[in-house]
Amino acid sequence: MEAILFSPEIFLVWTSLAKTIILLGLILGLVSYTVYAERKVSALIQDRVGPNRVGIPLTKIALLGLGQPIADAMKLLLKENFMPNSVNKFYYYIAPKLTMIPPILVLCVLPFGSSLFGVPMVIANINIGILFVFAVTSLGVYGIVLAGWASNSKYSFLGGMRSSSQMISYELSMGLSVVPIFLVIGTLNLPEIVQYQAQHGWLISPYWPQGFSVHSLLQGDWSAVGHSLIAGFSLKRFLLWIPMLISFVVFVIAIFAETNRLPFDLPEAEQELVGGYHTEYSSMGFALFFLGEYAAMISGSGVIVTLFLGGWSFPCIPDGNATTIFGYSLPFLSPISSEHLVSLFWGLVNIGTFFAKICGILLFMIWVRWTLPRFRYDQLMKLGWYVFFELALANIFIAALILMYVK
Amino acid sequence: MAYVIPRPKLNWKERMFLPVFVAGLAITWKHFKNRVLGRTKVTMQYPEEKWDSHLPEHYRGAPTLVKDEWGRERCVACQLCEFICPPRAITIHPEQIPGENKWEKVEKRPKEFEIDMIRCIYCGLCEEVCPEQAIFLRKDYSITGLSRAEMKHDKAKLYELGGVMTGLVNKWNDKK
Repeated sequence: MEAILFSPEIFLVWTSLAKTIILLGLILGLVSYTVYAERKVSALIQDRVGPNRVGIPLTKIALLGLGQPIADAMKLLLKENFMPNSVNKFYYYIAPKLTMIPPILVLCVLPFGSSLFGVPMVIANINIGILFVFAVTSLGVYGIVLAGWASNSKYSFLGGMRSSSQMISYELSMGLSVVPIFLVIGTLNLPEIVQYQAQHGWLISPYWPQGFSVHSLLQGDWSAVGHSLIAGFSLKRFLLWIPMLISFVVFVIAIFAETNRLPFDLPEAEQELVGGYHTEYSSMGFALFFLGEYAAMISGSGVIVTLFLGGWSFPCIPDGNATTIFGYSLPFLSPISSEHLVSLFWGLVNIGTFFAKICGILLFMIWVRWTLPRFRYDQLMKLGWYVFFELALANIFIAALILMYVK
Repeated sequence: MAYVIPRPKLNWKERMFLPVFVAGLAITWKHFKNRVLGRTKVTMQYPEEKWDSHLPEHYRGAPTLVKDEWGRERCVACQLCEFICPPRAITIHPEQIPGENKWEKVEKRPKEFEIDMIRCIYCGLCEEVCPEQAIFLRKDYSITGLSRAEMKHDKAKLYELGGVMTGLVNKWNDKK
């Protein structure tokens, strides 16, 4: 039995399955609590109270309204799934699924941790990594366009049209903005990109003390510490920081547009288009659009974190292969079990780091949503075609020149 | 004089969006921070906190009937309130006070006195018009019921809500 379980192919199958199930559960939980965070943060920003009633059922314990997402999910599940008479039934039915699936598919190439028990924490370690991400996220627009068209309603139709034109104005600069990263790192494979950043520093930071370790700090090896702190200043890194920053800004803005978040939520536009593409949907159909938007936010911020903010890595925190805590092993345990426990601990810390970074980006997205008004239709296209496209294109050349001439 | 509305020319900072974007974020951050630190005044959490202790003296709540300090019902069933009531919420059936009663000289009293609280608009005209000062708007505002019948306040309910009011009209006392 064990021989079968640990033969390479079978091992890959069941570990991948386990990772998929756990990640899916985590992400769906995160999706519903992002909705809660959205409501709570928007309330706090607008001097309101926000959801604070639903807590543990049948008791008076409210727990800041943390039960709200569960109650919302129950409500949406129990509602009637109403299908208007004149819709195109097949496309009407399939559209919500098409918006929910791509963001979840993106998650399978994101390295969400270093390794647990020696198993790398990425579901599909494929070499085309980021290309896969772009290919799949672009499919998300089909759900919206089909929903808009199949609903046979003018508001939905306008929403769908806006969505497609928004996508063609942003997809280009989004793709171009990440090219400098691959010029620097030289691979499209996302786990390798994170590994590079864990060793050579996050791409977004202008300073990185190379080789700095807590171990030498604890040992009192001041010359090594000072040496690594000074070695952090490097002309090349500082110059490369400029194109990286431009890339980062363009990419983040493109992700906002890609996920239909507020400065660019033209397809939805509650105030103009009733509800945009999902006007005619009810019950779980609507819920899938709604949750699909939040899942897209999560996978989008996952991509931002992976590309620019070092993925699961964090300064001074080792990856899941480390067997000691900053050079010390656990007391009262045999060396083998101590090593296992410590590497499990670091693996979990890495996963926690990744999700903490994602939550940070999500909170930023929510913050931006409740700050900015919506861009007008032509402003968005202008921004996409006249500004970000050129900026991203020029940025590639800046990065290439720096890489070529600065040693 | 023709008034020309000037169209402002945006400078390069404003056209770049990013500085104004950061300024906007700062504003929302300020609100967020003040709200989290509890410096912002927010809506009252209604069922837990209530206005009751802050209600002003002139607050117009549910109309009620009152008795005087000797336990006599002040209403003499003159029906003025019934006639003035704009939504016609009040229904009064008067009766003669029987001879053996201590307050026989008052002659009339309501047999039934009903206020339909679904109709009542809390205008207070009944209180103003009442010559006997028998009907008063009290401070009860949360009038609820599960049926239309429950929302009709009958005489017993009105006296229960109204209680005793002392020291205003003593018109009938010297004639008893």
